[in-house]
Amino acid sequence: MARMTGKVALITGAAGGLGRACATRLAEEGADIVALDLPGGRTEAELDETARLVRATGRRIVTGTADVRDLDAVVAAVRAGVSELGPLDVVVANAGISDNPGPSWEIDDEIWNRSIDVNLTGTWHTVKAGVAELDPAGGSVIIVSSTAAIKAVPGASHYSAAKHAVTGLAKTLANELGARAIRVNTVHPGAAATPMTLNPATFARLRPDLEAPTADDVAEVLATKTLLRVPWVEPVDVSNAVLFLASDESRYVTGLQMVVDGGLTQKVA
Amino acid sequence: MSGRLDGKVALITGAARGMGRAQAVRFAQEGADIVAVDVCAPVDHATTPGASPDDLAETVRLVESFGRKICPFEVDVRDQPSLDDAVTQGVTALGRLDVVCATAGISSSGRATEMDSERWQTMLDVNLTGVWRTCKAAIPHIVTGGRGGSIVLVSSIAGLRGLVSVGHYTAAKHGVVGLMKSLANELAPHQVRVNTIHPANTRTTMVENPATMRTFCPGVENPTREQFETALQSMHLLPVPLIEPEDIANASLFLASEESRYITGVTLPVDAGHCVK
Repeated sequence: MARMTGKVALITGAAGGLGRACATRLAEEGADIVALDLPGGRTEAELDETARLVRATGRRIVTGTADVRDLDAVVAAVRAGVSELGPLDVVVANAGISDNPGPSWEIDDEIWNRSIDVNLTGTWHTVKAGVAELDPAGGSVIIVSSTAAIKAVPGASHYSAAKHAVTGLAKTLANELGARAIRVNTVHPGAAATPMTLNPATFARLRPDLEAPTADDVAEVLATKTLLRVPWVEPVDVSNAVLFLASDESRYVTGLQMVVDGGLTQKVA
Repeated sequence: MSGRLDGKVALITGAARGMGRAQAVRFAQEGADIVAVDVCAPVDHATTPGASPDDLAETVRLVESFGRKICPFEVDVRDQPSLDDAVTQGVTALGRLDVVCATAGISSSGRATEMDSERWQTMLDVNLTGVWRTCKAAIPHIVTGGRGGSIVLVSSIAGLRGLVSVGHYTAAKHGVVGLMKSLANELAPHQVRVNTIHPANTRTTMVENPATMRTFCPGVENPTREQFETALQSMHLLPVPLIEPEDIANASLFLASEESRYITGVTLPVDAGHCVK
């Protein structure tokens, strides 16, 4: 018996690494998917690839384009998905952005606001649009936060602040929605093997000693930061945690911060 | 269909009934063989009625009904030599050890400053030191196997918050979290992960006995089922008074399986939202 049979899941950021992994993993276990991501050529092509992978599992998917900063667009895209696939059982608020602009006091307004708008307010928009379409029997809301909500990331206070903030949102939602049998949990990946983390800017920041550092060069550094000596977690690891929280196996789990980080946040020295 | 624990062997303490039995059964459904430990007797200074040899025999029957092997041992987690011996025998019989669930525990109540020493000490001996002894007995076998592993320590919501009239229980369950965090650091080089689970009140004999039911309904001599469940519901966000043992087993399964291969040092509440209420 598949673990998500008969369920419908909304996933934002579904063109990217973690969103795609969540879409395919939940589909493998029987869920139909409403997949959102930004409008635009390259992202839409990636979203199409997510759709292809979901359909390859035999499940249905409705894709929609919306910037999570635009509540009306998110609501419209969610409704379009629900009208085709039926009420939602699961909301995965995954869309997010990160960069490392530098010390907090030097971050300019535009960069600060963009992180807060996408990572925090965009999450609120997703939840707002998603909860309105949840099945009356209840459901599971999963907010993708970060280990940056637990451990500081120098040079990225705008990201750390937004990712901390979504945990406050989640705890409040857990209280507000508990009586309706809606669970709300956060997932906190450490470094994940997606383009958001593994890109030339990250490589250069982590290996300033090298001319043109590669993923292998940063892997050495990152592996020393985790207990399990893994440089990063794979998207499938995040999606397995999301699957647990989305399925009825966790029916009484709410308000949890699920850390998927190879022990990054628990390493003592 | 392949199971999520195919080929693995799990040691489970407190396996005669309740959460321990549910873990044994769920793991067996997913392909694991089981080393089952339980004292199978009442514990002095504990409110929880004792398990019996018949309870452990029922766990054996259930595990075997899924076609899996199980080695049962009537052993007290306070008795290190017997625990060491049981684990060694079990591992020899089943060939390896991959997973540990330190689930054995007791309950009793009393205000911290008014409690007698025996009640305090028994609680720490079983619920904290017994967990350490279980790990001590098991870890050499996991490390020797060289395949890594997963250790699941059953703490409690009382391992994350202070609960009234159970200071000794709260101290022991917090202590388990400290032990977990140290072990996560110490065992990571061996690819052994260590996490805690924090159940709220669960439908087991530990909670469903007259003495414990009374503590949830202060001032009521013989609380009704309804009064009891109303009191329990008030602790939760979700509309459910009691967690089922199967829910603890499902969370344990996630932490025991490869699906959580990069999760270590985590405190996982299965508490219907108690800790964020």
